[in-house]
Amino acid sequence: MADKQEILSGLAEIVEEVAGVAQDDVSLEKSFVDDLDIDSLSMVEIAVQAEDKFGVKIPDDELANLKTVGDAVDYVANNSK
Amino acid sequence: MSNIDVVVTGLGATTPLGGDVASTWDGLLAGRSGVRAIEADWLERFDLPVRIGAALAEEPTERIPRVQARRLDRCEQVALIAARQAWADAGFAEPTDEHTDVEPERLGVSIGTGIGGPVTLLQQDDLLEEHGIRKVSPLTVPMLMPNGPAAHVGIDLKARAGVHSPASACASGAEGIATGYQMIQSGRADVVIAGGAEACIAPITIAGFAQARTVSTRNDDPAHASRPFDTDRDGFVLGEGAGVVILERADRAAARGATVYARLSGFGITSDAHHITGNHPEGIGQIAAMRNAITMAGLTANDVGHVNAHATSTVVGDVGEAAAIRQAIGQHPVVTAPKGALGHLVGGAGAVEGIATILSLYHGVVPATLNLENLDPKVDLDVVAGEPRKVELTAAISNSFGFGGHNTALLFTAA
Repeated sequence: MADKQEILSGLAEIVEEVAGVAQDDVSLEKSFVDDLDIDSLSMVEIAVQAEDKFGVKIPDDELANLKTVGDAVDYVANNSK
Repeated sequence: MSNIDVVVTGLGATTPLGGDVASTWDGLLAGRSGVRAIEADWLERFDLPVRIGAALAEEPTERIPRVQARRLDRCEQVALIAARQAWADAGFAEPTDEHTDVEPERLGVSIGTGIGGPVTLLQQDDLLEEHGIRKVSPLTVPMLMPNGPAAHVGIDLKARAGVHSPASACASGAEGIATGYQMIQSGRADVVIAGGAEACIAPITIAGFAQARTVSTRNDDPAHASRPFDTDRDGFVLGEGAGVVILERADRAAARGATVYARLSGFGITSDAHHITGNHPEGIGQIAAMRNAITMAGLTANDVGHVNAHATSTVVGDVGEAAAIRQAIGQHPVVTAPKGALGHLVGGAGAVEGIATILSLYHGVVPATLNLENLDPKVDLDVVAGEPRKVELTAAISNSFGFGGHNTALLFTAA
């Protein structure tokens, strides 16, 4: 599957589409809620789009653990087929 | 009621005639039509008998950034646009976390809608049917709920004195303004962002109104389809848009030197208790609404020089209202029916037409009723046709009536 840099840039595209955050600002250490100001509704949209884009399943209890962009990138890297 | 004076210090609108109040007012005075052929594949697909509508002159996304727009139903978008315009027109700065020109605890919202977000509801239901729950937006409910337009305005402009969203079909916008007036009169707020919004031009609404036999089928001549009080009228034209006014305690407005467009001096709200779509045959509810507004304002019928009629261009409704105006006020008022140009904005109608009434008082001119070529003899009123009429006014009434038997009359007086 894609390397982490590719996952990051793919995720950044989704975050920009859903929440209007510039792709350059979507970096590994950023918190979705505290740094990127993304609310719980937008997180659901981002998760669904990420599932489609990367071919992963992100159950709700896993989604709750994805605090930072880096957490999401790692999860996708470890769980995509 | 207390005797707190309430004035109008800001106006905002987006309509089929223009993306703001100035262009809408210019369109009304110039006799432009906002009615056009609907460009959509579903007209053919469902073989709909109605192929005309009064869509917005300016797409909401011209004024709302993409990411915010995708979180809002179109009805919420137009409410927000009109509210921000009215807010700026009142001389208030965009609120920040550090500063608000109106104390949030003293700022209210009252923005009505007839239906809310049916287009969102249908789109999301299509996604559910086609793809299952995963594709349904988590924003579905906040986008379709009828309090959404008012709630978003309250969040945007930081209103904490309460947010109301009256739903009384085509009277919703007028009831929004009346409710705002009550919020100030009862001491709950000093400033209220008040009005109405609608954006529901969709296959299901067109089909529903067509089945109720209430809409014009003059498909080959859209600009002449909406013709209130004319002998050849054949139904209303569904439109979309929003109107919002800033209502303010008169002493507060005076203290800050605000421009005052008019005073909101009274209102009447009644209900027919008769039929879900048809007016009471003797117009008792409409007559009482106008009379109650006049009484609340401490005026007499002779003081009312102008009526901005609800007249939607339906065969029965227009003559019913005309009879009610004659009984409640008399034959002296100068009457106009803006739906000839605007189409019927449903929940937005009463607010946009309230703004037209305010501007008639403010500028001393009443726009003509577009497409009124042959006045129905049963109307028997002084309806302005052809050119706008200059007339000095001290008091004017804006009528709005809705499915359900809702009747609202707003009474504005010159500032």
